[in-house]
Amino acid sequence: MFTATIFLPLIGAIIAGFVGSRLGNRFAQLVTVLPMLASAILACVILYTVGFEGQGETVHLFTWIDVGTLEISWALRFDTLTAVMVFVVTVVSAMVHVYSIGYMSHDPHIPRFMAYLSLFTFFMLALVTADNFVQMFFGWEGVGLCSYLLIGFWFEKPTANAAAIKAFVVNRVGDFGFLLGILGVFFAFGSLDFDTVFAAVPGVADQSFNFLGADVHMLTTVCLLLFIGAMGKSAQIGLHTWLPDAMEGPTPVSALIHAATMVTAGVFMVVRLSPMFEFAPVALTVIVFVGGTTAFFAATIGLTQWDIKRVIAYSTCSQLGYMFFAVGVGAYPAAIFHLMTHAFFKALLFLGSGSVIHGMHDEQDMRRMGGLFPKMKVTGTLMWIGSLALAGVPVLAGFWSKDIILESAFAAHTGMGLYAFWAGIAAALMTAFYSWRLLFLTFHGKTRADNHTFEGVHESPPIMIAPLLVLALGAIFSGYLAKEFFVGDGMEAFWGTSILMLHNVIEDAHHAPKWVAQLPTVMAAIGIAGAWLMYMLRPSWPGKLAALIRPVYQFVFSKWYFDELYDMMFIRPSFYLGRGLWKSGDGAVIDGVGPDGIAAATRDIAGRAGRMQSGYLYHYAFAMLIGIVLFASWFLFGFFQ
Amino acid sequence: MESFPVLSLTTFLPLVGVLFILIVRGDEETVARNARGAALWTSIGTFFVSIFLWINFDTSTADFQFVEKHEWIPAFNISYHLGVDGISMFFVLLSTALTPLCVLASWKAIKTRVREYMIAFLILETMMIGTFAALDFLLFYIFFEGVLIPMFIIIGVWGGERRVYSAFKFFLFTLAGSVLLLAAILVLHFQAGTTDIPTLLAFQVPAEMQLWIWLAFFASFAVKLPMWPVHTWLPDAHVEAPTAGSVILAGVLLKMGGYGFLRFSLPMLPLASDQFTPLIYTLSVIAIIYTSLVALAQEDMKKLIAYSSVAHMGFVTIGIFTATQQGIQGGIFQMLSHGVISAALFLCVGVVYDRIHSREISRYGGLVERMPKYALVFMVFMLGSVGLPGTSGFIGEFMVLIGAFQDNTWVALLATTGIILGAAYMLYLYRRVIFGKLEKADLKNILDLEPREIAIFTPLLVLVLWMGLWPQPFLDVMDVSVSNLLQNYQTALNAADAITVVGR
Repeated sequence: MFTATIFLPLIGAIIAGFVGSRLGNRFAQLVTVLPMLASAILACVILYTVGFEGQGETVHLFTWIDVGTLEISWALRFDTLTAVMVFVVTVVSAMVHVYSIGYMSHDPHIPRFMAYLSLFTFFMLALVTADNFVQMFFGWEGVGLCSYLLIGFWFEKPTANAAAIKAFVVNRVGDFGFLLGILGVFFAFGSLDFDTVFAAVPGVADQSFNFLGADVHMLTTVCLLLFIGAMGKSAQIGLHTWLPDAMEGPTPVSALIHAATMVTAGVFMVVRLSPMFEFAPVALTVIVFVGGTTAFFAATIGLTQWDIKRVIAYSTCSQLGYMFFAVGVGAYPAAIFHLMTHAFFKALLFLGSGSVIHGMHDEQDMRRMGGLFPKMKVTGTLMWIGSLALAGVPVLAGFWSKDIILESAFAAHTGMGLYAFWAGIAAALMTAFYSWRLLFLTFHGKTRADNHTFEGVHESPPIMIAPLLVLALGAIFSGYLAKEFFVGDGMEAFWGTSILMLHNVIEDAHHAPKWVAQLPTVMAAIGIAGAWLMYMLRPSWPGKLAALIRPVYQFVFSKWYFDELYDMMFIRPSFYLGRGLWKSGDGAVIDGVGPDGIAAATRDIAGRAGRMQSGYLYHYAFAMLIGIVLFASWFLFGFFQ
Repeated sequence: MESFPVLSLTTFLPLVGVLFILIVRGDEETVARNARGAALWTSIGTFFVSIFLWINFDTSTADFQFVEKHEWIPAFNISYHLGVDGISMFFVLLSTALTPLCVLASWKAIKTRVREYMIAFLILETMMIGTFAALDFLLFYIFFEGVLIPMFIIIGVWGGERRVYSAFKFFLFTLAGSVLLLAAILVLHFQAGTTDIPTLLAFQVPAEMQLWIWLAFFASFAVKLPMWPVHTWLPDAHVEAPTAGSVILAGVLLKMGGYGFLRFSLPMLPLASDQFTPLIYTLSVIAIIYTSLVALAQEDMKKLIAYSSVAHMGFVTIGIFTATQQGIQGGIFQMLSHGVISAALFLCVGVVYDRIHSREISRYGGLVERMPKYALVFMVFMLGSVGLPGTSGFIGEFMVLIGAFQDNTWVALLATTGIILGAAYMLYLYRRVIFGKLEKADLKNILDLEPREIAIFTPLLVLVLWMGLWPQPFLDVMDVSVSNLLQNYQTALNAADAITVVGR
């Protein structure tokens, strides 16, 4: 059962990829969707047996690398944390697979698309079931590859290609840290197996080692390096620039990879490594800071964007920030809780916006939307549900998970925790605002679409609506149903040994003051009301406000100028340097002095020597005479001394 | 063990093919056809004979196996001595595996002087196998240098426009290094009285002499590998060489440098190797970063891949000189993996070059539309070159980095930047060639891979994935030999330390 869950998507991907184009689109869809659904059902069973009956196990496949003391196996580790992730990944993935049948129905490359989706799911499952660092890295890079392939799926679009490369390379910057972290782990523990390493952590908690010539605290360094990897994959501030651009890919991809699963891999990684991070408090503080800042910063950008998918993308970035500062204050279960609820409502939002884009014939700019609700009632309603859940309106999924995160941050009673708490509160306000800005601009008010487009707007076919309904159920109920096990009294029994918390901050969070618990809801209400005021009641206000605070607006609208900065700091210099080293380094210096120089010198000397052989007798006679004089004088002087 | 001389057979079987090609008579067409056929079948036969080496290889011992020893110049204690151990065995296999693919790759691309071309290739194969199988230093040197002649001819006769310049540059660069190697071999012979490699491995070269001999070795191997800054012959040679020439050059010839370091520098001159490790590290790190940046700016596909080779070889030298089990095995593995991947990448370039006759990156774009199979094949090898886990490229780089981190974190850090830059230049290349709109008129009728080309790529694809997902069969072979090497290396260093302490 365990093995089948992981490998079913791979089998689907291989069949669809290699023979799909020959046997037709319908075949490719069936051969990927059916295994995926089977896998999702198995995942539900696994979640039950592992999470509630406590029957986790590790399936060893075979040895991968065995060199000296380095031993790495292919193995599937199933504990509660993995089971939850497998559940989330397979369910969302299955829904996205089904949805794609409808969404991609006019695309000429259906088998390729379905194969990529299934392949991605396989790598994601390999990541979450990893039993050692290297296998995790395998899944990690694999999902990165699929993300690259899917962002660049429409390979004729230059922007899509550029976005794909950007995603891969920025992620590689993160991987650079991750890889160094893995090397550090091996150096520190002599093993890369999770169990071995985790068991040894307390023993080395105080040790230092020499890194780059400085003596530094070992665990902190290693954890920070690993966290750089997590930042790349989970688009945290600094390494976030690829995520908004990744929206160039087809919308189902955005829902699956860039909202629900792959981007949460960083959060998962830190939670998985909680036995290490718990002993590295400095690293945790850094995580709180990065998470809090990202939550705030991405939300500000979300306020100003016009592309419907980009708004949701920045929202994802911001929500990932929440998960990270939850992790940072030690509330790992809360982070995973939010990860799960977020997967449902964010996938719902993305697929809903995909339904809008589909209905509008590939229009993504909200300035050319509006008033779509009467024509797309189901989609509109589902988007409302998703937004309510995202904003944290009571009893929907996001309410429970966001609350516990903010309470934990408050209850951590650290300066950084409080910083994250207030950043999170501010982000909550903005989240509600931009979510309703999106809803109002898209579905309500007067339409700004041209007549022709607006006439053509239609509700999506049932094959696209059905998965949305499933996700909507998750967005409504998953929080209420799961809170008891994830962050409630059943917590310890549920998570078992899969998460280590030295100090149970969740317990403290339940005793946080009342206003802390109510503040997010109040903020959501204010945000919604603000959006209603600005975009329904007084539609002229946003423009005026933007003009009033023009510099600030411009700064935020231009995404804090990260792209421009990186372009100036890294990309141009790299190409410039590359060209310079090639032309002047290789060409002028090395070749000029080396082979070409020597060749030229040889030719030169040979030329001169050649000229001396003039053939005139008196030249030779004169040379001989000089020679005799020199020889004689040398002999005489030598003789007298 | 004086049983069946399987190593000699592997080494000289290609020459039988040469004889056959030489006696073929007829018009030009017949000769060409027969030459191709003979070369293909001889090289395939050689490959199967060499497979026998792996099957019968005993992974539990570090001794040389399949040893053959005959007197050659007894007056100087020089003998015809062949044998392989866990370090050299796979290089023999790499040579025998790539040659048939090269012959296949030249099937249509080479139209003039086919007979001579095939003869050159078969002689080249003999020389390569001999280099890795030789257990006598002089014999090694003969093979090692002998490689230059057919390669020089292949580049100079069947190459591109600037072939003569490139051929000479290649020849003179490598020859300059080799002269010093010969001198060093003579010095060793005066010291130890023999050129027998197993004897020399046990012989302790005086400390003060190690330095000079090491430098002489270094001059030769560094050029061959090539290391920065003596790498500039490589891009030129690759660009001008015919596809199959590039394949052999990148696939096998570069490995001779790394093999030399492993077989000679490290075990015979442990003190000097230890002393010069910082130099190697510095040059390797510069190579990785410098050539990756240069690769980013290339406009010629072959040049780009050539520069990436230099960067990948940087990992090899780092790995070897970390003197750790993971590092050295990683270095060897990286050489094998690069042998497969870079060979495949040059073959990929060859596929479109045969059709369009241009290596300019800007001449292409949007190929995926007409050539989906080609796009897939190219993608796998591109990812292998990037070092994606699951491909062979990852295993090598990862083990090298594991080794490097234990020895020097700065080296590990700087070398790891290679994975970012590597991704950047390879993806950028791939995007410009494969993706985008298919706009150029002559690309609109370009044909996808034909069965012959699929036959070339399939074994390479299998190898890249096999070595990435289940590298253990390869690592097992190296394991004992490498740990034995390391043990001796460590003993020698410790002994030297003890002497210095006593000397004080």
